[in-house]
Amino acid sequence: MEMLSGAEMVVRSLQDEGIEHIFGYPGGSVLDIYDAIFQSDEIEHFLVRHEQAAVHMADAYSRSTGKVGCVLVTAGPGATNCITGIATAYMDSIPLVVLSGQVPTFWIGDDAFQETDMIGVSRPVVKHSFSCRTAEDIPKAIKKAFYIASTGRPGPVVIDLPKDVQNPLNKFPYEYPESVSLRSYNPTLSGHKGQIKRAVSALVGAKKPVLYVGGGAIIANASKQVLQLAEKLNLPVTNTLMGLGAFPGEHEQFIGMLGMHGTYEANKSMHNADLIFACGARFDDRVTNNVDKFCPNAKIMHIDIDPTSISKNIHADLPIVGSVEVVLQQMLDLIDETNAMNDSNDINAWWDQINEWRAKDCLAYKTCDTHIKPQQVIECLYKVTKGDAIVTSDVGQHQMVAAQYYPFKEPRQWINSGGAGTMGFGLPAAMGCKIAHPDRPVVCVTGDGSIQMNIQELSTCMQYNIPVVILLLNNRSLGMVKQWQKMFYGGRQSHSYMDSVPDFVKLSEAYNHIGIKVDTIDELEPALTRAFELKERVVFVDVAIDPEEHVYPMQVKFGSMEDMYLSKTEQTDA
Amino acid sequence: MRRIISVLIENESGSLARVVGLFAQRGYNIESLTVSPTNDNTLSRMTITTDVVDNATLEQMMKQLHKLVDVLRVSELTQTPHVERELLLLKVRTVGPEAREEVKRTSDIYRGQIVDITQNLYTIQLTGAGSKLDAFVATMDECSEIVEIVRSGVCGIARGDKSLRA
Ligand SMILES: Cc1ncc(C[n+]2csc(CCOP(=O)(O)OP(=O)(O)O)c2C)c(N)n1
Ligand SMILES: [Mg+2]
Repeated sequence: MEMLSGAEMVVRSLQDEGIEHIFGYPGGSVLDIYDAIFQSDEIEHFLVRHEQAAVHMADAYSRSTGKVGCVLVTAGPGATNCITGIATAYMDSIPLVVLSGQVPTFWIGDDAFQETDMIGVSRPVVKHSFSCRTAEDIPKAIKKAFYIASTGRPGPVVIDLPKDVQNPLNKFPYEYPESVSLRSYNPTLSGHKGQIKRAVSALVGAKKPVLYVGGGAIIANASKQVLQLAEKLNLPVTNTLMGLGAFPGEHEQFIGMLGMHGTYEANKSMHNADLIFACGARFDDRVTNNVDKFCPNAKIMHIDIDPTSISKNIHADLPIVGSVEVVLQQMLDLIDETNAMNDSNDINAWWDQINEWRAKDCLAYKTCDTHIKPQQVIECLYKVTKGDAIVTSDVGQHQMVAAQYYPFKEPRQWINSGGAGTMGFGLPAAMGCKIAHPDRPVVCVTGDGSIQMNIQELSTCMQYNIPVVILLLNNRSLGMVKQWQKMFYGGRQSHSYMDSVPDFVKLSEAYNHIGIKVDTIDELEPALTRAFELKERVVFVDVAIDPEEHVYPMQVKFGSMEDMYLSKTEQTDA
Repeated sequence: MRRIISVLIENESGSLARVVGLFAQRGYNIESLTVSPTNDNTLSRMTITTDVVDNATLEQMMKQLHKLVDVLRVSELTQTPHVERELLLLKVRTVGPEAREEVKRTSDIYRGQIVDITQNLYTIQLTGAGSKLDAFVATMDECSEIVEIVRSGVCGIARGDKSLRA
């Protein structure tokens, strides 16, 4: 059998797992692994400028491909710098394996230099973790980590690797396990037959159904089944912020995103539905608004691979544990077998009602002569990219506007931190996507606050030539915070504006990138066109937008789903 | 509502921390927790007593426990016939022969055992359901001075055919 050191086993195990890209930052406790990486031609490593960015890159690499993202960092601060990234991935169920160095086993517990209990610090935000106490533990731990990260409800897994375990002088027999099975871990994939039957009959019997599709449908690769089911039964479909792209944004049956900044028609339809069919969505508080007033007349059907998501916030009348893809396919098969069909009169009447709500055109906005509106920027982005770009975003108003005004055609095209709402996610996320999809246009829609939370990665872009477009909706403020202060805090703008926004054009140029400043609407389309034509360069487009613009619709706090502000002056009847 | 949850979990470093962390993180209350390896020493058995406001919370708690990768089985004991036992060690100070006689008599009534004795101190061992231990402690508090008290927390098992196995 082949003899390898612990450090070599780490690299070989990753190779045997099929890993091609890894994101990381070296340090004392992982130098042996870095030396083994130096000698491998199969794994390409990207050196970031901050470990948090490495995790976001791996995360978005995973979101845009479905593969597991992989990160390597040193002990102590290297590891703790990853925590925000890990928490971000955890909240959105993204499969990651994070390898972190550790002080040698014989120093653990002694407060050695750079000793941090990474297993303990990360525990609340990981799916699972492993600590390797001998070199022989490594291949098995890595195999299990990838298996756990990518199956069931995916999530991040941390592997702690003490320095002595990596020792290049000690060689051990290496064998990468073919497969794993864990007696304590067996995710359910297919739905209970009886439940499938009941679900089909409830669905075809419903007069006012809504298909409510979340990020779980994307993770499960269930878009095909969602489309088939929706078209077969002529169902209205709404996507969550995480589910955008799971159902085509320009499809006639798409009624928009739902929730806090969802469309009027989506929130109205939910509230007035008689059946809500949740597919890989988890009734998050940013969707339901006040749970006591949630959809009073609706029967709730819920598919989720994670039983804890079912009946956590909203009681499910018809729970189905399983993969969205498998369960929907089971339902489609049963519908075909039994020729089950809903009453088209009922559904048409429901559509008449929905179309009435749609006619309100809740996303219409007023343009003005003096300022560019953020909505105009996203619409222009859509036009210039023909709707084909991978769009990542940061967190704030710009994120919501991107979600509302760029109708995503397909899954894995919209990459954002939905569950955690992590500012600083956007740029490294775009880089991760670009590395995975070098031939596709990738753009990061960002804000002047968010971009400064990981702006150091412009340097990583320079080193590896990762040509993403950065589209900054610059309102010289923490816009979303300011909006809340305007609406709910008497307009007191406590620390939500930025007096010293840097010159982003010069900053980009300092990193040898191209910066374009856009101040008027006439400059917008040419600037974006140029940005996407410069395929080999990072282009930073800094667009000065109206600092007073708010995001609407917006649900009224403590209200039902259908209670919304529609503009600064208009509100649905309470 | 008081509930007793039995958990069968991999006997690995960090397993206990994950369970305790889960309770802390989700704001669940732990009244007592006992853990020990089983006859198969790759597995540990835990008994957790908790107080939940409603069944939905209990259900969520059990699902969350089961979601932990290390956990094999989870069950709740109080809704079906079961046996629960707890061990108490109680050290009391007594002054004078009369008081000592009273302590001895009370222990006997409760079927406690005196396991250590000095001139003024008795250490008494008692097993039983938690309520019995509570009553015993209250009685002893009247006839002696309680110096030290230690309770194991509840161990529980289902009666009859029901069993929690890997
Ligand atoms: C790391 C982090 N810190 C704070 C917040 C709270 N927060 C949410 S949106 C926002 C403002 C973001 O400002 P900017 O990036 O300029 O976006 P805008 O809303 O102006 O479009 C803040 C501070 C957060 N989501 N993440
Ligand atoms: Mg801003």
